[in-house]
Amino acid sequence: MHQMHGAGETGAVQPAIELRGIDKRFGAVHANKEIDLKVDKGTIHGIVGENGAGKSTLMSILYGFYQADAGTIHVDGKLCEINGSEDAIAVGIGMVHQHFMLVETFSVLENVILGVEGGAVLRDGVEKAREELKRLEREYSLNIDPDAKVGDLSVGLQQRVEILKALYRGAEILILDEPTGVLTPQEADHLFRILDTLKEQGKTVVLITHKLREIMAATDNVSVMRQGEMVAHRKTAETSPEELSELMVGRKVLLRLEKGEANPADTVLNVDNLCVDNAQGVRKVKNATFNVRAGEIVGIAGVSGNGQSELLEALGGIRSASEGMVELNGQDITPGKGVDAAELRRRGVAHVPEDRHRMAMVTAFSAKEAAILGYEDDPAYQKGVLLDWHAISEATANMMSEFDVRPNNPDLKAANFSGGNQQKLVLAREIMRDPELLLVGQPTRGVDIGAIEFIHKRIVAMRDAGKAVLLVSVELDEIMSLADRILVMCDGAIIGEVAASEANERVLGLMMAGVDPNEAKAAEGQA
Amino acid sequence: MSKTVELPRWIDVGVLPFLNLLLALIVSGLLVVAIGENPVEVVEILLYGAFGYEEAWGYTLYYTTNFIFTGLAFAVAFHCGLFNIGAEGQAYVGGLGVTLAALYLDFLPFPIMLVVSMLAAMIFGAAWSYIPAYLQARRGSHVVITTIMFNFIASSLMVYLLVNVLRPEGSMTPESEQIAEHLRLPFIHDIAGALGIEMASSPLNLSFVYAIVISVMVWLFIWHTRWGYAIRTVGANAVAATYAGLEPGRFIIIAMMISGALSSFMALNEVMGVQHRLLIDFTAGYGFVGIAVALMGRNHPFGIFLAALLFGMLYQGGAELSFEIPTISNDMVVVIQGLVILFTGAMEHMFRPRVTKIYTAWRLRQDAGEAA
Repeated sequence: MHQMHGAGETGAVQPAIELRGIDKRFGAVHANKEIDLKVDKGTIHGIVGENGAGKSTLMSILYGFYQADAGTIHVDGKLCEINGSEDAIAVGIGMVHQHFMLVETFSVLENVILGVEGGAVLRDGVEKAREELKRLEREYSLNIDPDAKVGDLSVGLQQRVEILKALYRGAEILILDEPTGVLTPQEADHLFRILDTLKEQGKTVVLITHKLREIMAATDNVSVMRQGEMVAHRKTAETSPEELSELMVGRKVLLRLEKGEANPADTVLNVDNLCVDNAQGVRKVKNATFNVRAGEIVGIAGVSGNGQSELLEALGGIRSASEGMVELNGQDITPGKGVDAAELRRRGVAHVPEDRHRMAMVTAFSAKEAAILGYEDDPAYQKGVLLDWHAISEATANMMSEFDVRPNNPDLKAANFSGGNQQKLVLAREIMRDPELLLVGQPTRGVDIGAIEFIHKRIVAMRDAGKAVLLVSVELDEIMSLADRILVMCDGAIIGEVAASEANERVLGLMMAGVDPNEAKAAEGQA
Repeated sequence: MSKTVELPRWIDVGVLPFLNLLLALIVSGLLVVAIGENPVEVVEILLYGAFGYEEAWGYTLYYTTNFIFTGLAFAVAFHCGLFNIGAEGQAYVGGLGVTLAALYLDFLPFPIMLVVSMLAAMIFGAAWSYIPAYLQARRGSHVVITTIMFNFIASSLMVYLLVNVLRPEGSMTPESEQIAEHLRLPFIHDIAGALGIEMASSPLNLSFVYAIVISVMVWLFIWHTRWGYAIRTVGANAVAATYAGLEPGRFIIIAMMISGALSSFMALNEVMGVQHRLLIDFTAGYGFVGIAVALMGRNHPFGIFLAALLFGMLYQGGAELSFEIPTISNDMVVVIQGLVILFTGAMEHMFRPRVTKIYTAWRLRQDAGEAA
């Protein structure tokens, strides 16, 4: 044992990063348990795990946001004390966060030099930075105009600015946290090409993701985390998505949902030429026309921010329509024309919004308070002029056991449930009302794999019970496995419809990027 | 995944306010030492002045009544996410309502007048807070700014009315006529006397009983009614409220009007109970202190009652103090009150991070002990 250890340290290839026995607790949560990890120099190393497996905590320790309770960090064989991001940058570690840390009103150049301006007077630093930036762009073919305003750039380009920032600070090791969450498949492919170039230049890349497809496509080695533990290290070439997902969850998982044929009946939701503007008067939904029939799931695919959120919110009665018409079973329910969210609920429209914390619940409330949001005027919950908390408690406990919400405690604060359990509670609240139409946005965002399976099954059960379901998701896998018909949105418009049986990632990806559906299918034919 | 353990309720509502209060008293003590007096003696006089004899109790509870009303007023708006700084003006205008009702409806019998005067106070106070509420809900004008401005407007309006309209002919002082004797709220010592219990006379009157009843009603309203639920939802997460079909603007207006109505009950104590006429500036800063009372009481009626009692004690004991020790002037008492407000209201979260840390460490050791 001792010999092996010694051999590792003096071996020919020095790992770029080595973590030994990293341990971290947050209160009662043991986020990282004695983690050992070696990342070889000049490789792309993937770290996969479910939400809450401890990936982000581990990387935050490496980048100095948190300090480990125990364990050591070695960079290029040297023991390092990393107490803040400055220390991490000093030893050559750069990080691209899931949520970009950019000033939108600044140019690319200004963003890159932010914090390393090199003196009180900007001009000298800026000129030097411009030269350096040109060199970096050439070397890694990043294709960014240094004078473009960051706010005008697409999400994919903004991400490259983040990469540029890290490289400009001399990063030899680049950590990317869930980098593809906001990208189209094509943009993601481009990102992976950039990562390959970085690797060729001798940089080391750590890629954190929960998408197995990306691990298989982009990495050399992969480490799997589960419940705070590092459970396996594999060479990517020698593993499979099935093995990895089993390692992540600790049991066999159905990657593909098994569901029967849809039996669509009458049209429940009819959307005609609907336009929705945001608060600034920018048109976010442009002339959307489609319908959803009873007994089918219609999926809306699209890169995040292309109008799906606004469409869903308008149908849920939260935003007003600027033009167009919406009908539910032939009755006018055009948003903003006298029918609000409360009235829609009474008419049998249930809405599971995209953003759980911002919209679907008040996290400061107890579970039973969260369980009546939107239905607080239900006569079953009233006792004279007062709310009948006893009845509400019972109803909540019932929802919780029906949807397997753990712990089954209606008095616990909503914030203290895990993401998956919060989402199950929201779904229980909406689905157990037995609505005519279910609007669902991102039903499994931030939800662990076990709960995903459960949630998907419940949504399909709604369909099989003859209800209409409209599903908005940015996860193509989810759309393709759940939906019976898929509509693709780009820049506010529905640019085409694909039957789920004919859908594949490439066609949908091209359509999501705005390519005409016929051209997309033709391009697919040639490929 | 939070880095720390959440504090249990007894620390949040018990230990933290106590630490803040202790710090305020220590700093006050240093000030007392600085002017050459003995802080222990000062505390003794303060406590004796507030609770030492029957009459002192009466005065303390009379002040407490005002703080309960303004504290509750702030709390209701706060549950809707609003910082109502305007209790002062709302109570002032509410006083106008009470006075007008008492002066012009003086033919009514007392039991009916009890209800009518209360309604008059509520309507005037609520109407005065409606304007800032409407501006916040429909025009996005920040309620902090508008309620402050409405305090000034109320002040000027009342001076005008008292000098030019309500002042009885021939009188030189800017105050209204006395309200008829049979309409005044009975003093507690009179009620007790009627029941055969001897009590020292003090300004404490029936409105203290109102304050207790209304505290219970506010508690029921906030935590046990649909509107209370809606108000809390809007206050905690306006987007979620919109999603639920609870239009935030509507509940902002409702919460502010209830807040204004609660402030105006202070006028029942002052106008109907003690002064028996409308005086210039009868609100005397109770509206502002109500903010500290509510914050210290964690916006819960029971907490507000305790905090109001504390401030009632400071007011009454402070008055006694400046009377007993001439070097401690009235201004000094105001400084001490100010320190309490500063540490318990404005800086109420000062100890929170440290206490959270200590509690977390303690919990971890407990957990480790259980695991072992």
